[in-house]
Amino acid sequence: MASDAITVPVGQIEARPWVDELHQWLTTVDHKRLGILYMFSALLFLVIGGVEALIIRIQLMHSHNNFVSPEVFNRMFTMHGTTMIFFVAMPVLFGFANYLIPLMIGARDMAFPRLNAFSFWLSFLGGLLLYFSFLGGSGLYGAGNAPDVGWWAYAPLGARAFSPGHSSDYWTLSLLVSGFGSIGTAINIIATVLCMRCPGMKLSRMPLLAWLNLVMGGMVLIAITPLSAAQIMLLIDRYLGGHFFDTQAGGSAVLWMHFFWIFGHPEVYILVIPAFAFLSEIIPVFSRKPIFGYPVMVAATVAIGLVSTSVWAHHMFTIGMNSYANSFFAITTMAVGVPTGIKIFNWIGTMWGGKIQFKVPMLFCIGFLFQFLIAGLTGIIQSCVPFDWQLSLSYFVVAHFHYVIVGGILFAIFGAFYYWYPKMSGRMLSERLGKWHFWLFLIGFHLTFDVMHIPGLLGMPRRIYTYEPGRGWDTLNFIITIGAFIQAIAILVFVANLIISYFKGARAGNDPWDAWTLEWSISSPPPAYNFATVPTVASRRPLWDLKHPKDPDSRYE
Amino acid sequence: MTPAPAWVVRHGKLINEIRECWSSLQLGAVKTRACLFGSRLALHSIEFRAGRIAAPDLQQRIKERLRTLVMAGVSEVKNGRREMSMLRMKSPTMRILAQTILLLFWSALAGWASEANGPSSHGTNIFAPESTPAKSIADLSVFVLAITGIIFVVVFTLILYALVKFRARATDGGREPAQVYGSTQIELAWTIIPILIVVVLFLATARVIHAVQDAPEPAGAVQVTAIGHQYWWEFRYPRLGIVTANELHIPVSDPGHPTPTFLQLLSADTDHSFWVPELAGKTDLIPNHPNRMWMDPQRTGIFLGQCAQYCGVQHAKMLLHVSVDGPEDFAAWVRAQQKPAVEDAGAIAGRRVFERNACMNCHRVDGTSADGHFGPDLTHLMSRATIAAGAAENTHDNLRLWIQDPSAIKPGSLMPAMKLSDPDLDAVVSYMETLN
Repeated sequence: MASDAITVPVGQIEARPWVDELHQWLTTVDHKRLGILYMFSALLFLVIGGVEALIIRIQLMHSHNNFVSPEVFNRMFTMHGTTMIFFVAMPVLFGFANYLIPLMIGARDMAFPRLNAFSFWLSFLGGLLLYFSFLGGSGLYGAGNAPDVGWWAYAPLGARAFSPGHSSDYWTLSLLVSGFGSIGTAINIIATVLCMRCPGMKLSRMPLLAWLNLVMGGMVLIAITPLSAAQIMLLIDRYLGGHFFDTQAGGSAVLWMHFFWIFGHPEVYILVIPAFAFLSEIIPVFSRKPIFGYPVMVAATVAIGLVSTSVWAHHMFTIGMNSYANSFFAITTMAVGVPTGIKIFNWIGTMWGGKIQFKVPMLFCIGFLFQFLIAGLTGIIQSCVPFDWQLSLSYFVVAHFHYVIVGGILFAIFGAFYYWYPKMSGRMLSERLGKWHFWLFLIGFHLTFDVMHIPGLLGMPRRIYTYEPGRGWDTLNFIITIGAFIQAIAILVFVANLIISYFKGARAGNDPWDAWTLEWSISSPPPAYNFATVPTVASRRPLWDLKHPKDPDSRYE
Repeated sequence: MTPAPAWVVRHGKLINEIRECWSSLQLGAVKTRACLFGSRLALHSIEFRAGRIAAPDLQQRIKERLRTLVMAGVSEVKNGRREMSMLRMKSPTMRILAQTILLLFWSALAGWASEANGPSSHGTNIFAPESTPAKSIADLSVFVLAITGIIFVVVFTLILYALVKFRARATDGGREPAQVYGSTQIELAWTIIPILIVVVLFLATARVIHAVQDAPEPAGAVQVTAIGHQYWWEFRYPRLGIVTANELHIPVSDPGHPTPTFLQLLSADTDHSFWVPELAGKTDLIPNHPNRMWMDPQRTGIFLGQCAQYCGVQHAKMLLHVSVDGPEDFAAWVRAQQKPAVEDAGAIAGRRVFERNACMNCHRVDGTSADGHFGPDLTHLMSRATIAAGAAENTHDNLRLWIQDPSAIKPGSLMPAMKLSDPDLDAVVSYMETLN
């Protein structure tokens, strides 16, 4: 196998000065380093986006609060949403894909290493551009500052008449630039998965993580393209006298909505499918069983990918589409629930009859299962169009999609950090701090987002900087704010764990979890070339075959 | 299928009463609600608390009072359950589950909402519908919540069972469990069952979509054109020749003789959304994209709501106030609104200031030369309870502050501060106060 390393002549290993080291990181084309850079930038933006969330929550703590002005509040929710989706969730998932796919399919790097580096730096530049708006932009009311048109910048609010100055241009450009980065990464992932697999690794033997990221890559190509097109059209409107979305000159506000959501909904699945991928790797290892129904898992993912491109207008049930269009998008939206349900059942099937070890990565995956179940069901609730006429644009929706993104995707990402950090750093993350992180975050999460459904049912719209007393919203919002702070503390514990364990964590060794995929066959952290000898595989779990030569998987597949 | 909210109202009042007792014990509202949920359990806790806090005789009285209240609460809840058995579900299991979920839901919401409801005005609770569209939505939502509730319970139990039953034990030794790769039958089952559920949900949904969205407009309907502006509402009654702002008046609709109100929704600038939760679901007001919605409130009173689609800086203070009037009140209101503005010789100075300044460029006062259209029509300003789209009550002081510096009440409002001298300001305010 590939466990033997290439020996390097002793003279070549020497301590480099830090400038040299930095230079290495900035100019690297190594998929592992780029993966870590992605995660690093995502964590940075996570903290920034988190602070924005806390500002929002302090302002909403009680009615008629004056912690920030309406202008600042509007910037905060715009920046929070944009940051979390484009500069936290996507980069961190791309980072894991970058780091893990070549290792899992037995390749020495991604298919296009330099495109890989280019894509990362484009995405990162996008984030910097967005935040440069604090210095260079000016918004709805003319004074210089960050964009304040909401993360979907509905026309005509984004038009020059209503958003003078340049703040929303920074929003447009940053999404455009990082969008190109995402497209580059997607192409790279697809090419790598299709062309770089080691001998014996047929598509039907690929780890699910690679499969799911392949589907994700395809969806990025489908979804980011209309978003980029819309951004270019918006720029034409704003600077070249176009009238695509300029309602005062006969343009269409609804057209922008369609463009945005035909990106926006697949985007949700672009984020959640890699999260599914983490679960599909972590749950089997800690249940000590292979994934239940591998072919169905793949088929369900492809089905989600396909159906999710035809559900976008369920974000638009209140815009006055006719009853046929509303019915169509209701049925497609409900239909997505079927393959998603299959996935949840198959994970339960994987745990069923296993010997479940409650290590921290598994804890986060279990949290995902419960929370994603609820998130999925509130999603079904909102696909019932008339019900959505009440729920849409209310705090119920805000609670729902945070349930998906925080309770689902972020929990899976935390699980992935605890699971693969040993591979990346060579050190184990502290289990003790990990459990503190998990339980604090779980409590904070539920305090915030369980309670947040209720003000929505009581008529509280989203994106309001303050609200009237006497509507029954005060107590609830106060509880929500407390929960947000508990989550913030949990994130601090997590960051502390990352740092402390890097220096003081227990040595991980090659295979701390007794896992079965190829990345665990090489040293932690892996050498730059990954595999000294390119491995050959005969089943979906090459390391199982290696550990159980008398009863290999290849016999049953 | 409509669970009559009457018991919920009673329930809400009951909670209020209990809360008063609690606050006499200096305990929080949250506990009050908790106590009604687990009534019996709570009774013990009440006794315990009362025992610790008050003097013996007071203790006894509080205990007695709370006991009767909580017992009444229990019977209220039971009544509620009985009323809900009107749910048209065939299977007893489904019904019981639906009832339980509903019960929890209603009692939670009634509890929270009782904080909100004053004597005459209604809250913004989507589960307290007072008009056909909102009612059919609430009915559908009960059905959907029941089904998703069942799915939740089943899957939640499965996961929990798997976690407990198949946890690794110290006695296992190092052996790996049996390696199972999948099962076609099982996987087929959990594909087909969800498909059937989806079909059922879809049919129920499509029925209500059609019923609400494609409802024909009867001859006696009241027509209103609602125009969204950055950050206020303009209401025009084309058949009645009325223009007003922010406070919509519509007639109550008797089910025997329905007089629904049909709104045409337009926008003068950015996207807005008309949302009065107890009357109907929300519909957006989009420039170049006229929309339509309707409601037929069956109870008089004031219904609250607000703009639900982010429309700019002051999206939060674009409040909605719908006054549902009895037939006579509505007719009287219409007659009053159709009159031109009152001409009061005493306020002539204020009127001059108003007409000399830019006020008249944006505001209209019928019968005068002020004919602006960017701001609210002021012809009958004093017939409205609030100003600045509900951001402040329509009082002398608020009116003065608003004209002096709108951003003091609503920062980001598009009305400029006119920088009037104090005498001019007072004159304009007294002029405004004659416009009833």
